[in-house]
Amino acid sequence: MTAVAEPAAAPTGLPSAPDHLRALESEAIHILREVAGQFDRPVILFSGGKDSVVVLHLARKAFHPASIPFSLLHVDTGHNFPEVLSYRDEVVAAGGFRLAVAHVQDWIDDGRLSERPDGTRNPLQTVPLLDTIADQRYDAVIGGARRDEERSRAKERIFSLRDAFGGWDPRRQRPELWDLYNGRHAPGEHVRVFPLSNWTELDVWAYIGAEQIVLPEIYYSHQREVFRRNGMWLAPGEWGGPVGAEQLETRTVRYRTVGDMSCTGAVESEAADVAAVIAEISITRITERGATRADDKLSEAAMEDRKREGYF
Amino acid sequence: MTASTIDAGRRGLLRFATAGSVDDGKSTLVGRLLHDSKSVLADQLEAVELTSQARGLATPDLSLLVDGLRAEREQGITIDVAYRYFATPARTFILADTPGHVQYTRNTITGASTADAVVILTDARTGVVAQTRRHATVAALVGVRHLVLAVNKIDLVDYDEQVFRRIADEFADYALGLGVPEVTSIPISALHGDNVVARSARIDWYSGPSVLEHLEQLDITQDTADETLRFPVQYVIRPRTADHPDYRGYAGRVAAGTVRPGDPVVALPSGRRSTVLAIDTADGERSSARAGESVTLLLADDLDISRGELIAAAVDAPRPVTEFSATVTHLAERPLRAGTRVLLRHGTTSTRAIVTTIESLLDIDTLATSAAPEALTLNDIAQIGIRVAEPVAVEDFRPGGAVGALLLVDPADGTTLAAGMVGDRPTALRDGRCRPVADATADPDSLPTPGP
Repeated sequence: MTAVAEPAAAPTGLPSAPDHLRALESEAIHILREVAGQFDRPVILFSGGKDSVVVLHLARKAFHPASIPFSLLHVDTGHNFPEVLSYRDEVVAAGGFRLAVAHVQDWIDDGRLSERPDGTRNPLQTVPLLDTIADQRYDAVIGGARRDEERSRAKERIFSLRDAFGGWDPRRQRPELWDLYNGRHAPGEHVRVFPLSNWTELDVWAYIGAEQIVLPEIYYSHQREVFRRNGMWLAPGEWGGPVGAEQLETRTVRYRTVGDMSCTGAVESEAADVAAVIAEISITRITERGATRADDKLSEAAMEDRKREGYF
Repeated sequence: MTASTIDAGRRGLLRFATAGSVDDGKSTLVGRLLHDSKSVLADQLEAVELTSQARGLATPDLSLLVDGLRAEREQGITIDVAYRYFATPARTFILADTPGHVQYTRNTITGASTADAVVILTDARTGVVAQTRRHATVAALVGVRHLVLAVNKIDLVDYDEQVFRRIADEFADYALGLGVPEVTSIPISALHGDNVVARSARIDWYSGPSVLEHLEQLDITQDTADETLRFPVQYVIRPRTADHPDYRGYAGRVAAGTVRPGDPVVALPSGRRSTVLAIDTADGERSSARAGESVTLLLADDLDISRGELIAAAVDAPRPVTEFSATVTHLAERPLRAGTRVLLRHGTTSTRAIVTTIESLLDIDTLATSAAPEALTLNDIAQIGIRVAEPVAVEDFRPGGAVGALLLVDPADGTTLAAGMVGDRPTALRDGRCRPVADATADPDSLPTPGP
């Protein structure tokens, strides 16, 4: 909707943050409350990544002083950064949240999935995600995806209908007008909800700074043993690296996104706090996915194809 | 742009939509806006350059920046509304890029519904055409207050001032007649970048701002002092914990007006009256909250209010009705007939409803109405009658859509059938109840809000 800001009149009690961040926050809280009002079994996808951390933070604000009316779900590829998993578990324990974890390894072990030749498990998350949505009868699945991340996501709705196979058909999307979000769906279908649709990477970081949100430490500059593959700095691990001539070396790095270790690259960075990260990404010339996600480099429409299959 | 410049002297968020025919160069304009405002990053540009080379183009085709879907890139068309984000030192922008050729009404109304401003593209060689008028009409219908006509390909008419003046005058006559308060025309060449971000040296007879400068300067702060409170209840917060045993908060977003503790209010349609006790947020209690802000209201009395009710200022609360008229745009492939049973979404209300009559069809080229067809088809704009199972506190549509906007939903599968505006929007436009007032000090809210 067209929220009208009156710059002169700052009501008391409002924390200091740029006007546009407060507008985005109000929009996201409105979206999360619509989910609570329209659905029976909503769940937040929570990986410990910064976008899901911000979504959880907004959900807590939306329902304050009550606890959030959502449970949490993480699809664990088995190749996640240990720092992020321990962060995830600390947040869940401190907040008293209900977290379900779908382990990709379980699907591989019983033969429902098989490992890819390149060792990347990011695309393997789709089947465990859809199976868990069906098993748990989740009707709304809230994610931290943003439209600025990638060009097929630029066409995503805030309430995005998925068919009984979890698939996304861009031609079947419902028009979304004003702030009337239509969550009505047929049995077996579900709706993906993206409260951060209108946020940019910079907005997310500015909000993390304004709200003093704690993130996994790997988002900030640290020393790490890494090796070079396909132009990215990857961390060694059981997932399969380094191999052959790939040499480990110690670099000062941080992560702009945190995902499967096999395809999430570090960027060389001295940015050790939020302000330094904001300064860094304000002048960067590469998108966060372009810099750090090998899976999006597979083809011109890699993300669109995965979304059609039911990916986040 | 650095973090420190983000906050300084900024005008806040501007949401705008772009609309135009397929050959008007809209994707090129949007690509140019993103590129020249340095919002395109190296890897995105590299991808565009690679694809352009593969297609044998000499220069990067900037429209590839915005056409996101495989089918769009393969067919060189835009299928769906795409949202883009960019910021300049002066302002943060959310851009809804709407395709022109297929399902234009559906897409344009979707993009315009959340827009403060709409930029319409036209070709300087053809001027104001039917599509230009349609885009302007749709924007006016949904209450957009700022229209910009970008007269593109001015280089192809030899930068001729007379050509531009004729188009600008014709468009201003038409759009001001629709009651749009502010109409601006700008001569541009999206291909060469003239007047898109930087002002053009080649158009020396034009002294106005570039498209981006104009959008940076647009004043969208409106005087809402005389609007009274509208607060649709989204959710009731009841912690029932040791710390908050009796807390009962009504969560929602202020749709209109300003709320303060002590305000007398009424919940509708139940009609229960109370007083605002406090405005709560996770950041503490507030002394006031204004339109657009998500807060939680605590009332002095223990009323049984639930999602779907409207908390309104007691002084001028709307009267709940079971029958009303609305201007709707049909958005679905399946036809809509009198007698169709639907779900009505209005505010946070969802209630069973029936389309009682299709009163008339609107010709968006002339704003004339014609006899009602037997059924509405995709992109039809019509006046219809709606009857609801339970009383609903509807009131005439206001720009922004926080008041008086509705959806008609198929109860079987949830398809959004139609989007509408309570009241008779075309008549409101024709009667000039939305006409601009020459006096710049006039209250803008008196313009587009037809009284009961």
